[in-house]
Amino acid sequence: MLELLVILIPLCPLLACLAITVLGPSLKENSHWLTVLGNAGAFTCALVALIGVATNGFPEGSQTIPLYQWMSIPGSSNTMALDITIALHIDSMSAIMLTMLTFVATLVAIYASSYMHGDPGYARFFACVSLFTFSMIMLVLSANFLQLFMFWEAVGLCSYLLIGFWYEKPSASAAGMKAFLVNRVGDFGFAIGIFLLWRTFGSVDYVDTIFNPAALASVAAKYPGLLETICLCLFTGAIGKSAQFPLHVWLPDAMEGPTPVSALIHAATMVTAGVYMVARCTNLYMLAPHAQLVVSIIGGLTALIAALIGLTQTDLKRVLAYSTVSQLGYMFLGLGTGTFLGIGGAMFHLVTHAFFKALLFLGAGSVMHAMGGVIDMRQFGGLRKLMPKTYATFLVGSLALAGLFPLSGFWSKDTILASVRMAAHPEAHKADAHPATTDGHDAHGKPAESGHGAADHGKAGHGDAHAAVASVDRTKVKLFGIAATTWYEILFWAGSFTAFLTAFYTFRAVFMTFHGEERIPEEAGHHAHESPSAMTTPLIILALGAAFLGLALGHMSAIFNGTGFFDGFLSKTIPGTAGHHDADWFVIGLSTVAAIAGIGLAWMMYAERSGVPAAIAQAVPPLYRLSLNKFYFDELYYIFLVVPVVCLAQLSRFIDWIGVDGLVGFISRIPGAIAKLARPIQNGLVQFYALSMMLATAMLLWALLVRPGL
Amino acid sequence: MNDTFWLLTAIIFLPTAGAAGVALIKKESVETMRAFALAITFATFLLSIYLTWGVFDPTDPGIQPKAPELVSKDAGGFKSAEIAKQYEQRGVSTKWIPGWNIEYRLGYDGISVPLVLLTGLISFLGMVASWSIQKEVKGYLILYLLLETGMMGVFLALDFFLFYVFWEVMLLPMYFLIGIWGGPRREYAAIKFFLYTLFGSILMLIALLMLYFGSGGGDTLPTFNILKLSAIGQGLIPDLAYSPAVQLTAFVLLFIGFAIKVPVWPFHTWLPDAHVEAPTPISMILAGVLLKMGGYGILRIAFPICPAGAQAACLVLVALGVISIIYGAFAALAQTDFKRMVAYSSVSHMGYVLLGIAVWKLTDTGSVDGSRFWLQGINGAMFQMIGHGISSAGMFFMVGVIYDRVHHRDLNKFGGLIGLMPLYGGIAIGLFFAGLGLPGLCGFIGEVFVVLSSWNYSPVLAIVAASGVILTAGYILWAVQRVYLGPEYKGPHPEAITPLTEREAFVGLTLLAFAIILGVFPDTLFSKMKTSTEQFVSTMDAGYQASLKPATTTAAVEKK
Repeated sequence: MLELLVILIPLCPLLACLAITVLGPSLKENSHWLTVLGNAGAFTCALVALIGVATNGFPEGSQTIPLYQWMSIPGSSNTMALDITIALHIDSMSAIMLTMLTFVATLVAIYASSYMHGDPGYARFFACVSLFTFSMIMLVLSANFLQLFMFWEAVGLCSYLLIGFWYEKPSASAAGMKAFLVNRVGDFGFAIGIFLLWRTFGSVDYVDTIFNPAALASVAAKYPGLLETICLCLFTGAIGKSAQFPLHVWLPDAMEGPTPVSALIHAATMVTAGVYMVARCTNLYMLAPHAQLVVSIIGGLTALIAALIGLTQTDLKRVLAYSTVSQLGYMFLGLGTGTFLGIGGAMFHLVTHAFFKALLFLGAGSVMHAMGGVIDMRQFGGLRKLMPKTYATFLVGSLALAGLFPLSGFWSKDTILASVRMAAHPEAHKADAHPATTDGHDAHGKPAESGHGAADHGKAGHGDAHAAVASVDRTKVKLFGIAATTWYEILFWAGSFTAFLTAFYTFRAVFMTFHGEERIPEEAGHHAHESPSAMTTPLIILALGAAFLGLALGHMSAIFNGTGFFDGFLSKTIPGTAGHHDADWFVIGLSTVAAIAGIGLAWMMYAERSGVPAAIAQAVPPLYRLSLNKFYFDELYYIFLVVPVVCLAQLSRFIDWIGVDGLVGFISRIPGAIAKLARPIQNGLVQFYALSMMLATAMLLWALLVRPGL
Repeated sequence: MNDTFWLLTAIIFLPTAGAAGVALIKKESVETMRAFALAITFATFLLSIYLTWGVFDPTDPGIQPKAPELVSKDAGGFKSAEIAKQYEQRGVSTKWIPGWNIEYRLGYDGISVPLVLLTGLISFLGMVASWSIQKEVKGYLILYLLLETGMMGVFLALDFFLFYVFWEVMLLPMYFLIGIWGGPRREYAAIKFFLYTLFGSILMLIALLMLYFGSGGGDTLPTFNILKLSAIGQGLIPDLAYSPAVQLTAFVLLFIGFAIKVPVWPFHTWLPDAHVEAPTPISMILAGVLLKMGGYGILRIAFPICPAGAQAACLVLVALGVISIIYGAFAALAQTDFKRMVAYSSVSHMGYVLLGIAVWKLTDTGSVDGSRFWLQGINGAMFQMIGHGISSAGMFFMVGVIYDRVHHRDLNKFGGLIGLMPLYGGIAIGLFFAGLGLPGLCGFIGEVFVVLSSWNYSPVLAIVAASGVILTAGYILWAVQRVYLGPEYKGPHPEAITPLTEREAFVGLTLLAFAIILGVFPDTLFSKMKTSTEQFVSTMDAGYQASLKPATTTAAVEKK
């Protein structure tokens, strides 16, 4: 029964998509009903599945439901075979993702039914959204890496189609192409990682690789560098999909798509696929401390860079886009700490972020809707009286993003920061973190080969197979000659500083948009108004989530003593996450101060449109320009990537034309040339013919008579 | 002479009979002729479907049909060497030119059946697309049907001489179809195509004679039987063998002949010209079927008859495959002619076919893993051939549709077509994404298998080959952006842009449906060919070992 429900989760949106594709022309403005119904159906099933997992409805806490054989090519003695079954794997982690995904997707579909009203591509929009929901669900439910890759690309396709939804805008179609190509670069690395996995384990099924700690441990013992390489390759895919440095450039441009798409795909769900994948591969990454450190560094760096760029952007959606990049960076920062606290925190941040960021985007869409499509914050202002519901919900989302107690962002972001600090000071925290488990202390110094089950900050003694993840001694890990603990220390401060920046740019946007003197651009006409209830209701629901999700699901472990529901639930997949941790009051204090300072600074600078920002920009023009021009990434890529490729392409064309085809042409002229050489012999002079005949006869006679046997 | 004999003969010669029928129809009744020719290609397609699902037995790895007295394979598996030795009992045959021991021998296995089906499908769809031909319809239809005979014959012939005849039969109609119904530079393109292929044919002919005269001795008559030639090449026949030197020479000759057809860099320059000038349906056939004959020839003839030569040349083949992939992609990126871009994409995509076929690595004697990887490569190459047959035919058709309306192909002078022709734009984007290798569509599977298998041969080459997917995405998306997206149509004849006709929609949707089916259910194709490819790989490995020691051929096989 539960299995059937799990199958229904992807089936609902797929059917919706097919139905809209076929019936679209006749449905027209009613197409959204199918999408909403499909998504709501999927949500219902996902919720039941979630409860099923929570109440141990699945015999082993997780279940793989095979659907059909995708391909099967025999190998030798069961290894190296490509036996791939399309299957659905449900466990607590995928259940969390699915519930969040389908919930947000349903709200976005309702919102979009009003937002997209009157668009000529109405049916096409909802068909694509349903296709995306289906693909994303299948991605989450994948049970092997090739299936994961297939839907990884499929969501990329949907993203491409939806970014370029308004294809008549050249910037939109260019942005779609950019997104797809940048993702392809990441996917190239991802595919290599999958190939390596297949070469190493002889299979791409999760059960034979990441769910098989024994196999992982033996590979780690035999080829220490191999798992690191695999992890880095897989992470390349995540860098592309989750828009991390240096492949983050596509996400801000992706804002060319309709705003509901930005909320659903480019904030809440698809971009978190990379985070989900790395979290899914926790067992693998735990054995690759260097790769984990790289994950953290990339995450931390991205968080900081994106926040710095976000400071000066004037397009409201782009500010949010850079914020998304930055928040995804936080998630990777947590994932890479190698502590279960960090992994649990990252997953929790994924969920809370989905709520408050979807909320912010939909709020921005609401503003855009009212402003006649204008999204440049310099052109409007003081909208709080005009759009009270949008303002209130946007404010809640901003406070959550800034990480203020007790909103949801506070819990998840502080957990990540606490985990980074813990990684930076493993000795200091060990005693606190594991007061009860003596094993934890002993395992710490042991080499990986011992196969001991205790990971750094995980718990020991859970009977689950996943608990047997061997871990390596992180204190000895170095990168570029710098010890891991030093790296984490740097990252902690960078992350805390980013928290300050986050609060600042978020409230800069809030104050510029909603505070100050009321200004409405001409494009809005005279009927600028609050959005209809189909748009504000989803905002309110999301705002409730953004406000209370943290309290309700209680990611308590890092903040106050105890294990929250979320951790306990996630521990069904990653057992260590339920570990017991004491509150890190230092982190709580620091991040709260940072958030309040950021908001306060934004208030001073932007609440009343003072001249301060301009003065600062003038005081440090290079820094200002660096931020405004997004650190010149696009220009660098153009010079160092696009231009060489175009040159090579032209060179190939030239070689083909002159070189290869020229050679062919040359060869084709050889027969003619030889004929030309022989032609003078046929000159028509009888005397010449007679002479040649006589000479030839003479030579023959000479050969026969004088030199017989020649 | 049994039912299968007549079925195969019908598949090959029904189009010829149809051509004769068209010749009898009055020149004025154009529509009748078209309908008749369409019915013939459809009937041939149905026959090929019947062959695939009704007659062909995918559990038997060898050539079919086999003589009834042959015991079917035992339950635990099959002995590939045994099957390879049954060269007299497999296939159907009758004497053709007894003086030279030339037979009319036909047969099929898991390698040829998918290609026969593809030929039937593309010929049928190409005929539907042929309504756009207005000039000299009668001659066109006759030549078209003769072309189909040639193609089917190539895929079904088991006598090398017969194969050669069909190979040439296919050449002439193609020459005229390009040269008469083509674009402005049709004569240049047609002659180039003809001479190129003829050059390859001559080399093939030399190899053919070499192998023929080496196959007799003592009381045994020399033979053209491909199966027997393969058995000799693989050292399965006592006292008869081709020395490694002979094998290498023959292999190089054969390979160049087939490589021109594939086309492999640097033998590819006929292709862009031929494609650009050929009328749309002929481009579909050219890309969809003709190129596959090169890959098929390598699989059916060059490798099995000359395993030692193939093994010696593998590295070169792999390198050529990778060069084709990357070079073709770069060249495609630089094109401004829509059709030329698609043509270069064929060079790139067919590079995967060669790469998959060639990654035959023998790490040491009796290495099992090496051949297992190669098996993935062969399967990938086969899948890529079928997948490319669908996607490239589709892409060429899509180019043709717009060319018929606006009569130009300049990539920079399109734009906004998806708004003007939504259905066309949708189908086209689907087919172009199939060409791009998007998972879930037909282009992905073949590429993955090939790259996976080449990893064992050389990780560096595998990574280079895999990086081709980025370039592919680049040129396809760029083309899609310039042609289908954007605010407005920028070229001449905007008034001529009309929605797809039902006929065009039928062709496009059918190809798209096949692209999706192959991507989502690739096992429908794999299940047809995997026993044959497996046998191919194991006989080749054994054959290579045996051919190195001609004196102890049988012993080596026994040991294996």
